Amino acid sequence: MRLAFLKSLLTLSSVAALVAMPALAADKVKIGFVSTLSGPSAALGVDIRDAFMLAVKLNGGKLGGLPADVSISDDQFKPDVGKQLFERYVKRDKVDFLTGVVFSNIMLAGLPEAVDNKTIYLSPNAAPSPIAGAQCSPYFYAVSWPNDAYHEAAGQYATNLKVKSAYLLAPNYQAGKDSLAGFKRFYKGTVSGEVYTKLGQLDYAAELAEIRAAKPEVVYTFLPGGMGINFIKQFMAAGLNKDIRLIQPGFGADQDVIRAVGNDMLGVFDTAHWGLDLPNEANKKFVAEFEKEYKRLPTLYAAQGYDTALLIDAAVRASGGKMEDKDAMLKHLKTAKFNSVRGDFRFNTNNFPIQNYYLREVQKDAQGRLVNRIVGQPILANHGDAYVKDCPMK
Amino acid sequence: MTGILILEQALNGLQFGLMLFLLASGLTLVFGIMDMINLAHGALYMVGAFFTAWLVQLTDSFWLGVLLAVLLTAVVGMLLEATLLRTLYARDHLSQVLATFALILIINESVRMIWGSDLPLSAPQVLAGPVELLPGLLYSSYRLVIIGVGLGIALLLFLLVTRTRMGAWVRAGASNREMAMAMGINIRALFTGVFGIGAALCAVAGAMLGPLLAVQVGMGENILILAFVVIVIGGIGSVWGAFVGAILVGFVDTLGRTLLPFLFREVFSPQFASAAGPAVASIAVYVLMAVVLFVRPQGLFSGRS
Repeated sequence: MRLAFLKSLLTLSSVAALVAMPALAADKVKIGFVSTLSGPSAALGVDIRDAFMLAVKLNGGKLGGLPADVSISDDQFKPDVGKQLFERYVKRDKVDFLTGVVFSNIMLAGLPEAVDNKTIYLSPNAAPSPIAGAQCSPYFYAVSWPNDAYHEAAGQYATNLKVKSAYLLAPNYQAGKDSLAGFKRFYKGTVSGEVYTKLGQLDYAAELAEIRAAKPEVVYTFLPGGMGINFIKQFMAAGLNKDIRLIQPGFGADQDVIRAVGNDMLGVFDTAHWGLDLPNEANKKFVAEFEKEYKRLPTLYAAQGYDTALLIDAAVRASGGKMEDKDAMLKHLKTAKFNSVRGDFRFNTNNFPIQNYYLREVQKDAQGRLVNRIVGQPILANHGDAYVKDCPMK
Repeated sequence: MTGILILEQALNGLQFGLMLFLLASGLTLVFGIMDMINLAHGALYMVGAFFTAWLVQLTDSFWLGVLLAVLLTAVVGMLLEATLLRTLYARDHLSQVLATFALILIINESVRMIWGSDLPLSAPQVLAGPVELLPGLLYSSYRLVIIGVGLGIALLLFLLVTRTRMGAWVRAGASNREMAMAMGINIRALFTGVFGIGAALCAVAGAMLGPLLAVQVGMGENILILAFVVIVIGGIGSVWGAFVGAILVGFVDTLGRTLLPFLFREVFSPQFASAAGPAVASIAVYVLMAVVLFVRPQGLFSGRS
């Protein structure tokens, strides 16, 4: 009995070896991680990296049962540097997965390098609309959220509040215009002002005076990084928060902004696909472990980095460690079962997520710290994106 | 367009203009008296802001930190003049531009090595909120303080230049350097002193604007360009010209950002207006400079004879 079993096992494995030579199980998972880790915007990339490495650490240094070999590089917030790093990871190091980039312009510079050479890119943040639509690729997965989604949720929230007049402000570049277009797609009231400022502007005195004169019910801004921190500080210093409600996309009122602005953030509303207090087990574990490891609260970016590692873990596990079989790996990524910190979500035909978006409010927690708390039911439930119809993938 | 909007924008323009004046007055004196193009002037503004952020943390007092930072920056400026910039006076403008540009890079990287690429700096808690100037017009109390400080320093500077012996030397040097030297003025000491005052004014601007903008490496370069626009408009070597030029630039920049997009919306189609309005507003200052150069190439109030 025992012998026969062994014999058949031997036969099976030799047959398997003959048939599936190229799909031998690999001895490790090679991951190239490119992110912005220096300069004024470094905090975002650092959070993605720290959370990604936390997930690997909690997994005993493995992803999908194989030792994880993660190589980390700094794109210095420069698209050309990012492109070179993509090229190095794809052509020289022949990594199994690429991930890490924060900013759309840097990711778009490097992405062709990956997808044209059939290297899988898992985006922990940037998910611009062209990649969701006509330029979608089976080798690209957005583990985060489509670029417009937070703005659409904010527009829907303003509509739910029956806001009559909203004042919109964004930097004068493509992402700024896209974001306000996303807001207007779901906002049904009137727009009392739509202002585009110089990218990188730090003094908003003139715009704040206009806002005071326009007397809108709501101000919505898309001002990432230092621009947003300055705007919010000056908005509060000018006393505009007494009569006007400020709504932000999730990253505009996250822990990094709260740290910089302080108590004035109390009561600011923002929209996001994740929150510190989402009541699922994976999230509770993530928030507790992140705080224990790094002595600070995680941001959205951290949650996205953590989920990216969990996705790799699930897909590699499902593939049985056969890294060479790309087609199978793409299927395993699409159907990967893992406990995301955002709760349940699935990938649409364009590999962008369909998920819930919540309203969050900056409040004090039990320890007196300022944190984002989720308010009520999802603003948009099982929400995809507007561009999927242009994507030829089925 | 309401009265309150225009009043608030006028205050904003005044606040911005006064800070530009602090930068431009030092620049115009150095340029006018020493005939020296100092691109590193903006770097001193950054050094002043970093000193302030650092000292406010150390001393736990905003105003003490500002005071110490201004003194320290003046010392740094005088040291720079005595050791390095002095050797450049006899050279042509191109050498000066190249050398002081190198200085920008060196100072930027030194600051990055000492403090990192940015430091946090907030306005004192008392000034964090708004004050009600008129019914319906709340204005940031910190910006009001900036206006007060700017006006006070401008007044001091005028008294210094027009009522003191040192001021007479400065005006003589700006008007005709050779003759001033021939009359026995110690030009060497005067130059070092003027450079120290210029650096101190930079530091005041850096310290006051730090909490409003951000204390970061490279903050000096953007504002330096506007400071040059101011002295070209005002006339090189004239403190009064720098004042008028700075207030003009402050108003044109601030009001332009409000009025031009508004006018464009009234006149053109919405698509064109939303694309062209902000673009034209951002070059309004340079259009002003071009007009002044066309009408009065020497600037509005040239200090030179």
